[in-house]
Amino acid sequence: MIQLERVSKFYGQSTTLAVREVDLEIQAGEMLVLVGESGCGKTTTLKMINRLVEPSRGRVAVNGTDVRDTDPIALRRTIGYVFQGIGLFPHMSVAENIGIVPKLLKWEPNKIGDRVDELLDMVALPPGKYRQRLPAELSGGQQQRVGVARALAGRPQIMLMDEPFGALDPITRDSLRSEFKALHRSFGLTVVMVTHDMTEALFMADRIAVMQQGRLLQVGTPQQLLARPEHSHVAALLETPRRHAALLEALMRAAKP
Amino acid sequence: MSQKILNELALLPTTLGHHLLLSLSALLAGLLICLPLAVLVSRVKALQFPALTFASVVQTVPGLALLALMVPLLGQIGFLPAFLALVLYSMLPILHNTITGILGVDRSVVEAARGIGMTTLQQLFKVELPLAAPVIIAGIRTSAVWVVGTATLATPVGATSLGNHIFSGLQTQNMAAVLVGSIAAAGLAVALDQLIRLLESATRQKSRRLGISSLVGLLLLSLVGVAPLVRDRAAGDRSAGSPVVVGAKTFTEQYVLAELLTLTLKQAGLPAVSRSSLGSTILFDALVAGQVDCYVDYSGTLWANIMKRQDIPSRATLLEQLSQWLQERHRVKLLGSLGFENTYALAIPKEKSEKQRISTLVELSAHAPAWRIGSDYEFFSRPEWLALKEKYQLRFAEQRTFDPSLMYAAIQTGSVDVISAYSTDGRIIDYNLVVLEDPQGALPPYDAVLLLAPGAAERPAVVEALSPLLGAITDQNIREANRMVDLEQRPIAEAVSFLWKAVEKRKAASR
Repeated sequence: MIQLERVSKFYGQSTTLAVREVDLEIQAGEMLVLVGESGCGKTTTLKMINRLVEPSRGRVAVNGTDVRDTDPIALRRTIGYVFQGIGLFPHMSVAENIGIVPKLLKWEPNKIGDRVDELLDMVALPPGKYRQRLPAELSGGQQQRVGVARALAGRPQIMLMDEPFGALDPITRDSLRSEFKALHRSFGLTVVMVTHDMTEALFMADRIAVMQQGRLLQVGTPQQLLARPEHSHVAALLETPRRHAALLEALMRAAKP
Repeated sequence: MSQKILNELALLPTTLGHHLLLSLSALLAGLLICLPLAVLVSRVKALQFPALTFASVVQTVPGLALLALMVPLLGQIGFLPAFLALVLYSMLPILHNTITGILGVDRSVVEAARGIGMTTLQQLFKVELPLAAPVIIAGIRTSAVWVVGTATLATPVGATSLGNHIFSGLQTQNMAAVLVGSIAAAGLAVALDQLIRLLESATRQKSRRLGISSLVGLLLLSLVGVAPLVRDRAAGDRSAGSPVVVGAKTFTEQYVLAELLTLTLKQAGLPAVSRSSLGSTILFDALVAGQVDCYVDYSGTLWANIMKRQDIPSRATLLEQLSQWLQERHRVKLLGSLGFENTYALAIPKEKSEKQRISTLVELSAHAPAWRIGSDYEFFSRPEWLALKEKYQLRFAEQRTFDPSLMYAAIQTGSVDVISAYSTDGRIIDYNLVVLEDPQGALPPYDAVLLLAPGAAERPAVVEALSPLLGAITDQNIREANRMVDLEQRPIAEAVSFLWKAVEKRKAASR
């Protein structure tokens, strides 16, 4: 579905590469999670898929077509995008925010209205109550539900998500994760998600790609990573979830009568 | 008082219309230039500093100076220089607020707009401009208030505005006129500001009713602004020949003389209009350019300021050389003297003059170091003042500048001891002042002379109509005319008819 072949990115005359020679293939219907610390190049890699960032070298293909041969505007309209800062338009109502991509795609107004209601139901925000609200009138969790609904509005086959749950409180984050996982399964979406939270990656990913300083260190299923980390940094990243799990297990054992 | 207010109100439709035409068109042009420019500047970082610096520098130039600078730059007076200066003046708040507004839009929102597939233009119109709108509108409102206020200064560069009431009112001590002009300008500024505010909240609340009412308000204002254009066109159709334009500087005597010239021309069957309250050198430039056909200037002023001569020859020599120079250099015709002289003179209270035995500038110089001198805006920067200072070794304790009409009040209350007066000023008598003699001839003669623009000089009808005025007005005549307006607060028309009668009497006597 998505291929990255020896993709590199550097800015200006800089010799240090933001992304260096990344090879990655994402299958249709798969959820791939890019994990790494801040500045490791994971967001840059994500943005090269819909041409928000142009690769300096290498090739990116979506559905078998080199993205350089596509119109970037049209490309972005067919790929759902959920943003780190949520990025809802503060001057537009919930309905206008969700309907923006169908509107850019020149759908019929009736069809857009129906689609908005359908999506609001899907993300558990009753349309009668939330349609006309402004983003500022919603909680953080509700805002990101709208963000997800907006990304799904144009019926994309591919979704890109940049730390989508980062700004939410733990309980909301947890429920949104499971809801999105369910959505992903029922639509057969191809998802590329970026996070710095290895626990989140382990919970959500079909496969995880670990990055460090622009390099791709290891790609594999959560089980493969846990069983055979191929790099000390991968092992280090897995250390935190392991420790948390051990701690929790001990606590739960002790709590039993 | 009430009659005076009614007189001013009768002029208001014209001045208000021109004021609106000038302000609204300048504001509109400012918007058309600044909005795209600001968008460009918000995209190209390197342009930010030069654009904002330019607009800020323009803003620091005082309004009147900016307007006056446009006259030599464009080589003409009237609507265009005023319009250009106001466009420049309108720029800073619009430019500044639009740039700040666009750059202030949350970057993550702009990124989102790009990420979901908006084109650059869609990002601008659907996201950046709507989000920046409150800041942009605030800038437009500030600009509207500034432009409406500054447009009152268009009067001295020859564009009709509400400033006509203010400038002539200040000169003739007609506070009713000053009030009418100021209140109208302030009211207009507030009205425009509120209409723009209404339009903004209408778009934000998506209220059709508010939107329509604010648009109707703006439309009404524009109609008032367009009215003078329509009227001028209609007037132009009626009279075949183009009207003779009579100019006047910014003081009572000039207003009276301009109206006298206009009346004289009209009596001879020539259409004529007067353009009052023009700056001194602006007026001469306008005459050379043919935008003003005739006006009265003073030989000494022309000699020192326009010819830049420092020497002071005899009256006859000066007139002859001046006349020749004007003809050769500027093709301006000096038709002749009106018969009186309006010289700069230093005046002191009669009481002081008698007690301390001061009647000449020589006697004044001994007391000067302990005294304060007051003057109009112009005098201290004129060569005559330098000549006086040097010839009589004048050193004063303090120099203060006043509006001419306030200068007399200053000497009466004792805020200053000496003032620079005009010798034809009726107030010299009423304020009980004595004009000091100039035994060493430091001041050049200031004969009132009638000047004709190159074009007007070639129209025999104009020359013939104005010639009877030459040598027909005495010192007493003009002083009395000035007195009527300045001190008795009578309308200018009465002073004009007084002078008209004096001229007629003289004509009859010489026949």
